[in-house]
Amino acid sequence: MFENLSDRFNNAFRNLSGRGRITEDNVRDAMREVRTALLEADVHLDVVKEFCDEVQRDALGQEVTKSLKPSQEMIGIVHKRLVDLMGPATGEGDTPIMMVDPGPTVIMMSGLQGSGKTTTCGKLAAYLKKRGKNVMVAAADLQRPAAVDQLRIVVEQVQNEAKGNARVEFYGEPDKCAEYGKAVGVAVQVCQRALREARQQKMDVLILDTAGRLHINNELMGELDAVNRAINPHQIFLVVDAMIGQDAVNSAKAFHERLAIDGVILTKFDSDTRGGAALSVKKITGAPIKFLGVGEKIDALEAFHPERMASRILGMGDVVSLVEKAQQEVSEEEAEKMAEKMSKGKLTMDDFLKQLRSIRRMGPMKQLLGMLPGVGSALKDVNVDDKQLDQLEGIVNSMTAEERDDIKLLNKSRTRRVAKGSGTQTSDVGRLTKQFEMIQKMTKQMSGSGMMGKMKAMKEMSKGDASMMPGMEGMKGLPGFGSGRASTKTKSHKSRFKPRKKRK
Amino acid sequence: MGLFRSAVNKIRKGLSRTREAFSGGLRGLLFGKTLSEELIDEIEIYLITADVGVKTSTEIIESLRTEFRTGRVSRGEDAIDYLKQQLKSRWSDVDRSLAVATKKPTVILVAGINGAGKTTSVAKIAKSLRDEGRSVLLAAADTFRAGAVEQLAIWSDRLGVEMIRGATGADPASVVYDATDAAIARGVDVLLIDTAGRLHTQENLMRQLTKIRNVIGKKIPDGPHEVLLVLDATSGQNAVNQAKIFNEAIDITGIFLAKLDGTAKGGIILAIRETIDVPVKLVGVGETPDDVEPFDPDAFIDAMFDRGE
Repeated sequence: MFENLSDRFNNAFRNLSGRGRITEDNVRDAMREVRTALLEADVHLDVVKEFCDEVQRDALGQEVTKSLKPSQEMIGIVHKRLVDLMGPATGEGDTPIMMVDPGPTVIMMSGLQGSGKTTTCGKLAAYLKKRGKNVMVAAADLQRPAAVDQLRIVVEQVQNEAKGNARVEFYGEPDKCAEYGKAVGVAVQVCQRALREARQQKMDVLILDTAGRLHINNELMGELDAVNRAINPHQIFLVVDAMIGQDAVNSAKAFHERLAIDGVILTKFDSDTRGGAALSVKKITGAPIKFLGVGEKIDALEAFHPERMASRILGMGDVVSLVEKAQQEVSEEEAEKMAEKMSKGKLTMDDFLKQLRSIRRMGPMKQLLGMLPGVGSALKDVNVDDKQLDQLEGIVNSMTAEERDDIKLLNKSRTRRVAKGSGTQTSDVGRLTKQFEMIQKMTKQMSGSGMMGKMKAMKEMSKGDASMMPGMEGMKGLPGFGSGRASTKTKSHKSRFKPRKKRK
Repeated sequence: MGLFRSAVNKIRKGLSRTREAFSGGLRGLLFGKTLSEELIDEIEIYLITADVGVKTSTEIIESLRTEFRTGRVSRGEDAIDYLKQQLKSRWSDVDRSLAVATKKPTVILVAGINGAGKTTSVAKIAKSLRDEGRSVLLAAADTFRAGAVEQLAIWSDRLGVEMIRGATGADPASVVYDATDAAIARGVDVLLIDTAGRLHTQENLMRQLTKIRNVIGKKIPDGPHEVLLVLDATSGQNAVNQAKIFNEAIDITGIFLAKLDGTAKGGIILAIRETIDVPVKLVGVGETPDDVEPFDPDAFIDAMFDRGE
């Protein structure tokens, strides 16, 4: 089996290089691969069909640019189509959450059971709190046992842990809960009272957490309808599990027909799902994808980027996200300082440790590697052991400050002590020092493209210049990366060439 | 052991939607027709939209195509019979009832990703066991998610089944340790453990699950006797990874297919079967604690093809 679309395409077009033009014959094979890739990513079959027809129309007769193989040209067309279909990115063209004046802006959450509504309510509240909005979150899920408790605890978490100074309040009537199906309709009154309370407390936003329900449950869908009519929320979000399969279209359609969805939030995106449901749901509702839920923490809510989503659906890795993670961990200033040190060959063990830690903060090695195109599939079955990195940290931690400054101080007896202190063998310590000396030498020689140089280069790349990035073969043919379409961010020429000036 | 009396009618009710969605088309499509290449393409579409997955669907369809081209299958009805038999043959005849320990207590560990329906499923299992006259002890080992312990506590109240709880943030393995002790001391028939939802990609949380399993094994040498993975029937192809990784972490002994009362067809269990050989044991078909049924592969597959009654 081919792991990603690039491989599939290379195979489909193996004998076509140099022929220069995409024809109906060779496109048919390729389209079969696109179809399979999309279906395996859980895009709905009807959506896949329509998509493939459109792409085929686009592709036919296209002149293949000389520098590219036809397969790469095809991936470019497919990728671009996907981006167009799934766009816009969060905040592009509209604000993620439209605020009304006077408040409160009322947001209603809806979705199937277990899609992640309650957790997402908390994340949204944290997002708004950070932006200075006073938020009330109301528990309108009176069906699931302890759903009200759950929301209350989540809101407390937002109050205590989320950044920002705005007020976050909880509204709930736990006594209104009942066994499943017995409290249908009560939610309407609870929401009305919540709205009254939110007005009184001069809240900017009111978020309604409704019960999860099946789209074919008439009674409960009717309840949503009733809440919608009684409250008239300004925005209705559909919360969708990113791992959902072909049935996504049925539920999205039903919710959309009843409620006219304004936005979609995809949850559990930190799994390894390809997330094709994003495309299906977008196609069905036409509503923009507002956010992605990417973890259990209260701030694990990310903006949506169609380019990345397209790459993920096609199984092409997610370099841009990796670069962003790197940016979060390493500040511009720090990177400059490090580059300077490297160019003078003055990298110390402390610097090494710092870097090791910042890389590790980005996540488990395996996950990071998985974001690189090509690497992900290559490492599918390799177990990258984070424990080895623990060991490295242990060794460095067992050195004295002087030793870390000057690794040459490590004679036999010192090495023995370090090994003992870190619970390793002297050979392990020896290996590390030897490797480190090599790194030192290397960084001195090619300071611009050493580890930090690479980090910097990656930063540059995310801003649209992939040619800065050395040694990443897999990326050459990727659309959106090499062509400078990877990011909407722009950067001046001056800053782009900064790292080069550092070279001596 | 007949933990759950076979109730084919009810499972049929749950699966009737599978039937409507699937075969209002499939049987209607094939009945009384002469098979053709185009019709075979249509069948493939049905399989794919049921989340059976491209690989498995293609395999099944290609074998049907061969049968068709060699003239062994030519009528629509024959195609249906052939497909049914093909699909059924993918599941071996295994014991799908829940395991019982030779010595009390039987320990059942329940795991799954976030929002799959673990706690509701635990409540359903608890009720079936209680209704059969077995004494059940619940262990609320989801100390992570807000309100999870409370959720199970409400079920414990409603069902009149005792529960051991851990403090929020406590090590779930320690809760399980205590629960195992309590189960032995009280001499209950079944200890039913609800764990926190976790994505299979979170390695540390998967290790935690392995630890929980090991803790049980230390206390009760042949336990846990049943390790159930709760799987959302609406899941797409990613569920294959889910099943594989959970299986690596805790050696699943059975799958609980939840939420089969929607329009999703749950075809993903056919794709999963290609990766791991773990029987689907139970299906969840509704919100009340009574909405649980033993999995019946014949009924499941028949429901994919037969007309609704």
